[in-house]
Amino acid sequence: MGSILSVKNLSVSLTGQKVLQNISFDLEKGESLAIIGPNGAGKTVLFRTLLGFHQYSGEIKWQPGVKIGYVPQKIDFDRYLPLSLGDFLLAKANILRLSQKEAEKHLPTVGFSREMLSHSLGTLSFGQFQKALIAFALIGDPDILLLDEATLGVDAPYETYIYEIIYELQSKHGLTIMLISHEFEIVYKYTSKVLCLNKEMLCFGSPAEAITEKNLAELYKEGKHYHHHHQ
Amino acid sequence: MLNSLLFNLSPAIFLAFAAGMIGVFALMRRMSLAADAISHIALPGLGLAFLYKIDPLIGGAATLLVGAFLIWKIEGKTNIPTETIIGVIFSLSLALGSLITPQEDLIEALFGGIGSFSMLSFAITTLITLGIIAAILALKNKFILQMISPDLASVTGLKSNRLNLYFLLLFALTVILGLRFLGTLLMGALIIIPAAVAKNWSWNISSMLIVSSIIGALSVIAGFAIGDYFNMNIGPTIIVFAGILFFASLFFKR
Repeated sequence: MGSILSVKNLSVSLTGQKVLQNISFDLEKGESLAIIGPNGAGKTVLFRTLLGFHQYSGEIKWQPGVKIGYVPQKIDFDRYLPLSLGDFLLAKANILRLSQKEAEKHLPTVGFSREMLSHSLGTLSFGQFQKALIAFALIGDPDILLLDEATLGVDAPYETYIYEIIYELQSKHGLTIMLISHEFEIVYKYTSKVLCLNKEMLCFGSPAEAITEKNLAELYKEGKHYHHHHQ
Repeated sequence: MLNSLLFNLSPAIFLAFAAGMIGVFALMRRMSLAADAISHIALPGLGLAFLYKIDPLIGGAATLLVGAFLIWKIEGKTNIPTETIIGVIFSLSLALGSLITPQEDLIEALFGGIGSFSMLSFAITTLITLGIIAAILALKNKFILQMISPDLASVTGLKSNRLNLYFLLLFALTVILGLRFLGTLLMGALIIIPAAVAKNWSWNISSMLIVSSIIGALSVIAGFAIGDYFNMNIGPTIIVFAGILFFASLFFKR
């Protein structure tokens, strides 16, 4: 086992504003890390920086040759276009020069049958679409999966189901997982490490170590003020 | 007679296939209006060509490539939306082109006209058109992914900027080759309309590409036949026929 990802003193500014400051952590192979924090804490920015979308200072060191799967929070496209799930999955397989079989390999993982391939992407429900994004991310057998609120807007039973999928990928297939979540229950149940983020890193450790009342109060204090205003 | 008709018609049919395919991606990238607009960029070049008596296609090609390059550069350097950039460049081109083009040639530059082909220009047109079709098929999956999500495309290792350039170049080439048949004002329509019809009549990307190409080719054949029979201008006839298919596709949606 070695670090699959090592981050040191990472800072990011977007349009002149500091969005992330001095983030440092290591992620071991096969671990699962949850990133928690209030809205606007920079969680998505952290992901996107790790993926190379933003300029940064500090150090991001991926294990050489690492394959990353990314499940974004949402994607915007015209849902009335004649694009099938098959078009979507095959496009990636084809670009990576993989066979059609590889494109379809992970359908059972997310509970899809082959028949789903002919379904139009635009007609998939929210939950189905998230599963499609996971199936897409798994093409090419990534070493690590980055999930940005994979269950935002998904019904509760579905949500558990999606987390079961993710958990199984980690426990059975040794995939390293990084996820952004708001649900402490889920974080407790499914992840081995927690990073509390609100522009700075406020805690890092096992769920029991990190999710303490003191840390949460610190982490969400701005959020509480915000709530107060509305009451 | 029939031979010479086939000789002149076949490059137009190949071109319609290419235009139908490139139109699918133009539509998906929400660049339909740009499809029309970008073809206008060729007008100053056509005007210069008429003025100095060189092949209009060379003049059109030159300004179109300059235009495409300008758009790509501005797109990369600023946050101005592509369609805004194209909007500025195209209206400017149309204005400049109208000033430059000799009055007696303006109609042909705007609406096209089917001249006869020399063996050389037949070969060049056909080869480039087949090249465009091959390139679109080879880049199909990259275009699809980039269109669904630029982020996922980037994580999959695609270079967005380069793909945009490839797309614009294929697009520009298709337009250049089509100018001879349809002119600067109508060429965009052969890219937009078949794709718009195909959107209503297909269920996945492959079917959309096929339907769009066939609609394009069918419009060209029908335009040639009807225009020839009733002695009407062929370019506009092609587009009117395609337009009728478009309205039919609205009423008989899949």
